Amino acid sequence: MSLDRWVVCEQCDSVYTRRPLRPGEVADCARCGHHLYRHHRFDLEILLALTLATAIVFVMANVYPVVALNAQGAYNAATIWGAVIATWESGVAPVAFISALLVFFFPLSQICLFAYVLLGLRRGRRPAEFRQAMHALSLMQPWSMAEVFMLGILVAIVKLHGVMTVIPGIGLWSFAILTLLLAALTSYDLQDLWDIAEDVEAGQAA
Amino acid sequence: MSGRVVTAAEMGLIGCRRCGHVMQRPQAVEGSSCARCGAGLHWRKPQSLERCWAFLIAAMILYVPANTMTMMKTINPFNSTDDTIMSGVIYLWAAGTPELAVIVFVASVMVPIGKFIALLILLISVHRGSSRDRVGRTRLYRIIEKIGHWSMLDVFVVALLVALVRFDLFGRVEAGGGAICFGGVVLLTMMASLSFDPRLIWDTPEKT
Repeated sequence: MSLDRWVVCEQCDSVYTRRPLRPGEVADCARCGHHLYRHHRFDLEILLALTLATAIVFVMANVYPVVALNAQGAYNAATIWGAVIATWESGVAPVAFISALLVFFFPLSQICLFAYVLLGLRRGRRPAEFRQAMHALSLMQPWSMAEVFMLGILVAIVKLHGVMTVIPGIGLWSFAILTLLLAALTSYDLQDLWDIAEDVEAGQAA
Repeated sequence: MSGRVVTAAEMGLIGCRRCGHVMQRPQAVEGSSCARCGAGLHWRKPQSLERCWAFLIAAMILYVPANTMTMMKTINPFNSTDDTIMSGVIYLWAAGTPELAVIVFVASVMVPIGKFIALLILLISVHRGSSRDRVGRTRLYRIIEKIGHWSMLDVFVVALLVALVRFDLFGRVEAGGGAICFGGVVLLTMMASLSFDPRLIWDTPEKT
């Protein structure tokens, strides 16, 4: 008997049989209410396009200053890396280190790994390091905090506003878009990607 | 849907935490791995309660210096002020930005403390083998999983202010030890909630 049609709720261990969903439908656990699975909104092409777009705004958000300050002629602009380095130099290296991981390295790795996995699957085969890439993606998911940093930027701007002239930079708009795209990308259920990979392999074998 | 749901445990099945693959439960679960993704299989998250307690207690201890130590130093030619989390919130309120004060208060005070209380409720109820309101407790778990990382907000704000406010004439902002402690609190509470296995809520027998 094939077990492919089963799904186990990871929060209360209930077992269900999978059934196809209509667009927008979500399957919730009848016992505890956990989202079991949802309708595939994106196919591989759309996911890949999303990944590429995310990569582009990631570069822009990091190259251009997020905000600049003007205090009676004295001017200072900060990029994300500038913030990390300044925090490091300010004597709180652990804060700089953690921020760099949560806001820069994890999002960057997510984008690269998604690109790697999706490009492979679209060519009709599982990339060589598929398992490792997928494990890394699911481990990083809770620790990627671009959206929190976005709110942090806004709080910092409002805090400084009134004391100094705050000039929003291209990096700010890029980062806002990055936040949205990254949220869309990482909201994709990795378990569905495992299923797609299995289908791709089955197609290859046939 | 009517009647009782059947659990994987009763059917002799096991679902992989990592990829969702469902398989027959092997004789010895610990040490075996998922047929599809190769992740280690576990009946429940290993040492779930012990790890959760350890991270939670460490986080609660660290929360004290996180609140008493300086989060942010503002230095200008005339004076310098040390701000803790709470004094920062009060400053925002007094400066005429109560919305901001509320956002920072919720993210830095209410979310961590709410998370401490929620994890304590979950841990103690599982230890006591409680069968009360399992749905509500599972929902509580989902909430803390979802909102936990927003507490990092204040740490990021400090990092940004440090990077931006660096003027010889008008002063500068420096981060204090409180920022390190607070960042540690957020990471530890996230690790605590990731270690907790919500299936433990459902494992205890129904009391009649």
